[in-house]
Amino acid sequence: MFKRLISSALLAGAAAGLIAALLQFVFVQPVLLHAELYETGELAHFVPTDHGEASGSGHDHGAAAPAAEASGSPAHAAHPGIDFARDGLSVLFSLVVYAGYGLLLTAAMALAASRGATITARQGLIWGVAGFAAVQLAPAFGLSPELPGMSAADVVQRQIWWLGTVAATAVGLWLIAFGKNWAFWGLAVALILAPQLIGAPHPDEFFGPTPPELAAQFAGRALGVGLAAWAFLGLAAGWLWSREPETALEPQAA
Amino acid sequence: MTISTPAERAGSAASSLGAILAAALLGAALIFAAGLAQSETLHDAAHDVRHATGFPCH
Repeated sequence: MFKRLISSALLAGAAAGLIAALLQFVFVQPVLLHAELYETGELAHFVPTDHGEASGSGHDHGAAAPAAEASGSPAHAAHPGIDFARDGLSVLFSLVVYAGYGLLLTAAMALAASRGATITARQGLIWGVAGFAAVQLAPAFGLSPELPGMSAADVVQRQIWWLGTVAATAVGLWLIAFGKNWAFWGLAVALILAPQLIGAPHPDEFFGPTPPELAAQFAGRALGVGLAAWAFLGLAAGWLWSREPETALEPQAA
Repeated sequence: MTISTPAERAGSAASSLGAILAAALLGAALIFAAGLAQSETLHDAAHDVRHATGFPCH
């Protein structure tokens, strides 16, 4: 049972991790690297460097039009090359993260199967989308995927909120799927809403140097890549699970 | 098809539950190491993936 669980989970996780890494390089990494130019100060948002002074410090003389022209930021950074060490580590950690998600998802599928649920590839797709909702969408509702350089509250507080939100949402979704009556479904809604009503930790002041346009693009793309990878993860995990023989009925001596 | 006794079924269910728990714990450990651990080396190596996957990073 354990071996079968682990092999299905790791195989599905590795494939999903590779897909996530590939999509990340095409859609997310360019935005991230662009933002790092602002984080390191190589690019500056709304600072008219040509005039040698920061915006808002004494532009009284009808400077609206020229200032706007001078302070705009380049919407397209030069396309970054491939950094083999950095990108190699990203592939590696993408594999590790999705292997972890694959193990958690397959464990949940096995638990449901042991209680009578049927797991197929199609069912797996729904499991994958639910996993995305629990692990990426629900936390992102309170803490958007962070672009480098964004101001944020204390990291440990955010991690605690993140973990609590993922756990509460996952249990809530489980209760929606397998609850038998309105008491379960009511509890599910309460569990999913609670962390969002409590609210994620946010900083007292916003002082990030990156343009909001980049942050918005980054958040949308990170979530889109997550949905694609999770949908595949669920599909693959469900398919691999359904191909395996029913171990619950196997004699223990085997 | 083997007909299992209730005792065998109970033993199988317990071992299933153990396997499920072990797989889930292993998964959680991987997520913790790759996504949440604040060791500087791990953080730097996993940096881009943490940002792109929506973990609180730094």
